[in-house]
Amino acid sequence: MRYSSYIQIFFLSLFTLVMQANAAVLPDERADAMLHSYEGGELEVSGPAILVRKNIGNSTSVFYNAYIDNITSASIDVQISGSPYEEERTEQTLGVDFLTGKTTMNFSFTDSTENDYEANTISFGISQDFFGDLSTLSIGYAQGTDDVSKRVGNDPLVFEDRASIERHNYRIGFSQILTKNATISIGFETITDEATSTPGSSGTPTTLNNPYRQYSYRLSSNPSDPEYNVRRFADELYPRTRTSNALSIRGNYFLPWKSAFHYEYRWFTDSWGIEANNIGVSYVHPIGHFVLDFRYRIYSQTQADFYSDLFEFAGEFTYMGRDKELSTYSNTSVGFGVGYEFAKNGWGWIDKGSVNFSYDLISFEYDNFRDARENIAGGVPAGTESLYAFDADVMQVFVSIWY
Amino acid sequence: MMRHLSFILIAAAFLFSGCSSWEPWVKPYERENLSDPIMNVARDPVVAAYHHHVFETREAARGAGAVSGGGCGCN
Repeated sequence: MRYSSYIQIFFLSLFTLVMQANAAVLPDERADAMLHSYEGGELEVSGPAILVRKNIGNSTSVFYNAYIDNITSASIDVQISGSPYEEERTEQTLGVDFLTGKTTMNFSFTDSTENDYEANTISFGISQDFFGDLSTLSIGYAQGTDDVSKRVGNDPLVFEDRASIERHNYRIGFSQILTKNATISIGFETITDEATSTPGSSGTPTTLNNPYRQYSYRLSSNPSDPEYNVRRFADELYPRTRTSNALSIRGNYFLPWKSAFHYEYRWFTDSWGIEANNIGVSYVHPIGHFVLDFRYRIYSQTQADFYSDLFEFAGEFTYMGRDKELSTYSNTSVGFGVGYEFAKNGWGWIDKGSVNFSYDLISFEYDNFRDARENIAGGVPAGTESLYAFDADVMQVFVSIWY
Repeated sequence: MMRHLSFILIAAAFLFSGCSSWEPWVKPYERENLSDPIMNVARDPVVAAYHHHVFETREAARGAGAVSGGGCGCN
C-alpha cells in the first residue's frame, strides 16, 4: 500500500471518530479592542487590534480580526546588514464557526500585508466532544502562500520579487477532562514550507531566508593576516524546504480557593536540525471585580545545521545562515496581567465587560551569536565579540465587551 | 507504523460508536469549575494571539500552540 493511502486511512479514521462524537458550543459573542507594544533590541513594534465575534442564528458564529504592527527597527540585524527602517504590517482575518449537529467546524481566511511581504492563509478545523463530553478531538489544516520581495537600494518604493513560499499546517489535538477540577490536552502539528518560485530578476536563488539578512565570514583565511580578524558579510542562503514537528501537552487545574493553575510543555524539531523546548506555568486569581494573572515561561533551542556566527570564508558551504533566530539560544519570560470586570450583571445590551493591562519582560540570551558591531565599529577581533543579549518589554491594554 | 495507527483508529471509531450509554465519571452538573473562564488559558483570544505572534516571530519553534497561527511576513 502506498504511503498516501495510509495517510488517507489515517484521516478517514479520525473523521469517523469526530463525526460520532457529542455536543459542542459556539464561542462567546464578544468584542475586544487592544493596544499593544513591544520594545527590545532597538526594535519597537506597536499598534491597535480589534476582534469582533457575533452569532447568526443558533448554529453559526462569525468573527473579524484586524491587527496592525507599526515597526521602527534599528535592531542589530539591520545595523549590520541594512539600514534602520519604518514600516507597517496589517493583518486581517475573517472566520466562521458552524455548529452542525454535534460537530463544530471552523473556516478562516487571513491576509497579512507589508510593503515587501504578502501572506495569505486559509484554515479549516473540526472538533467534537465524545465519551459523555469528557474528551474532545480536533483536527485542522491550513495552507498559506507568502510572496516575498526585497527593497532595492534605499528607495522605499522599489522592490524586486524574491520568492513565493507555500506552507501547509496539519494539526491534531486531544483534550480530556480528568476530574471535576482538572483537564489535560495533547497537541501535535506538522508544518511544511517550500520556496516555489523561479529565481528573481537579480538571479538570486529562491530559498526560505529573509532577503535582508546576511552571514559573516573572515576577510582572510590566513590567521597571521590582520584581515583574519575582520568580518565581511554576504547574503544568506537557506534550503528551499523546511518541515517541522511540534508536540505539546497542556493542563489546567482549578484550585480550591477558586483560582486556576495552567502548565504547558512543548517539544519541537525540524529538518534544519533545530530542536527546541519550552515550558510555561501561569496562575490566575480573581479578587472581587479584579482578575490577576501571573506567568513564567522558559524557552531554549539548538542551532540550525547551517548556522554559524562566523564562517571561515565566503561560500564555505552550500547553505549558510547567521540569523540569530537559528542560533543556539534561550529566553525567559516573566509577566503579569490585571483585569477589572464591570457590568457583571449586565448593562443595557452588554452582558459584561472588562478592562485589562498586561506586561511581560522577555530576556534573550544567545550562546553563539556575537555582537558583530564591536568588530565593525570597534575593531574587536572577529569571533571574540561579546555574546549578544537583550531584554524586551511587552505590553497590552485592552477592553472586552460580551453581549 | 501508519498501518498500525490506522488500525487502532478504525477500531476506536467502531468502539466509540457503541458508547451512547457511556457514563461519564464527571457528570455535566459537576463541571461548574471546569467551565469557569479562568480555566481557559486563552480566555482572551486577541491577547493569546498576540503572545503567540510575539514568540513565534522570535523563535525557531512553531506549531502546536494554544492558539493557531496564520502566515505573516515578520521580516
